Amino acid sequence: MLDPAGEATRAAAARLGVEGVRKLRIGKAIELELEAPDRDTAQRQLELLSDRLLANPVIENWSLEIREPAGGERS
Amino acid sequence: MSVGVVVFPGSNCDRDVRWALEGCLGLPTTFLWHEQNDLAGVDAVVIPGGFSYGDYLRCGAIARFAPVLEAVQRFAAAGGPVLGICNGFQVLTELGLLPGALTRNAGLHFICEPTELEVRPGRCRWLQGYGDGVSIHLPIAHGEGRYQCDREALEQLEANGQVVLRYAANPNGSVGDVAGLCNEAGNVLGLMPHPERACEALTGGLDGLPLLASLKQNP
Repeated sequence: MLDPAGEATRAAAARLGVEGVRKLRIGKAIELELEAPDRDTAQRQLELLSDRLLANPVIENWSLEIREPAGGERS
Repeated sequence: MSVGVVVFPGSNCDRDVRWALEGCLGLPTTFLWHEQNDLAGVDAVVIPGGFSYGDYLRCGAIARFAPVLEAVQRFAAAGGPVLGICNGFQVLTELGLLPGALTRNAGLHFICEPTELEVRPGRCRWLQGYGDGVSIHLPIAHGEGRYQCDREALEQLEANGQVVLRYAANPNGSVGDVAGLCNEAGNVLGLMPHPERACEALTGGLDGLPLLASLKQNP
């Protein structure tokens, strides 16, 4: 999948003098805070959001990382 | 035959579409606000160009969840004529009414210029006013018009005759030179070029007129 913004940035890296950049892809990072009764529910809801709203699987891959707030799971 | 033009916050071709339909063709046209749940009894729906919801997240990604589009989905499933122009095409792909996705132009620039297109009407109810294989000129105006789908999907679309509009000189890197796609049934058309901007001889030529006039000939 062509990433024209990534390719343009890679060309700029070479102009800055760093020649070794073989691959540069630009994506998005989305931070969201979710309240859920437990981790499984949170996982399910986040997968639904990632697949149906936050990313378009036709053109984007996504991965998910859950961090629990300090002090453990909320009730 | 009455036509509804969907209006999102950020739509900017809604009035042009209404002018082309009502001013140039005499078709009664109403605006359908994105928050309404019904189509107010219209016989055809146009999703116009612009930047719905500021193009936040991805073009068409937020618009896809607008209440009015649930009604549009039911209308399309029942065979109602639906046309998505530019941002409207992006919305139709996000909605799943047409396959694939539209992404950043290969050259990264927003392109605003007349383009030459080859028309293959097939079953598409919107294009029956054009001869098979004719060449027409319509303006494009987009930054994210590069059509993308995997090879298998493209072969399927070609085999089904769903690639109904193709760029003669691909301006944006679209796979298969795709400028416009139709669904299998032929009632839903999405295209990046703007037919509504080519409905008067004084302002951009007349090549878009047969597309919109299909609503009169083929109600």
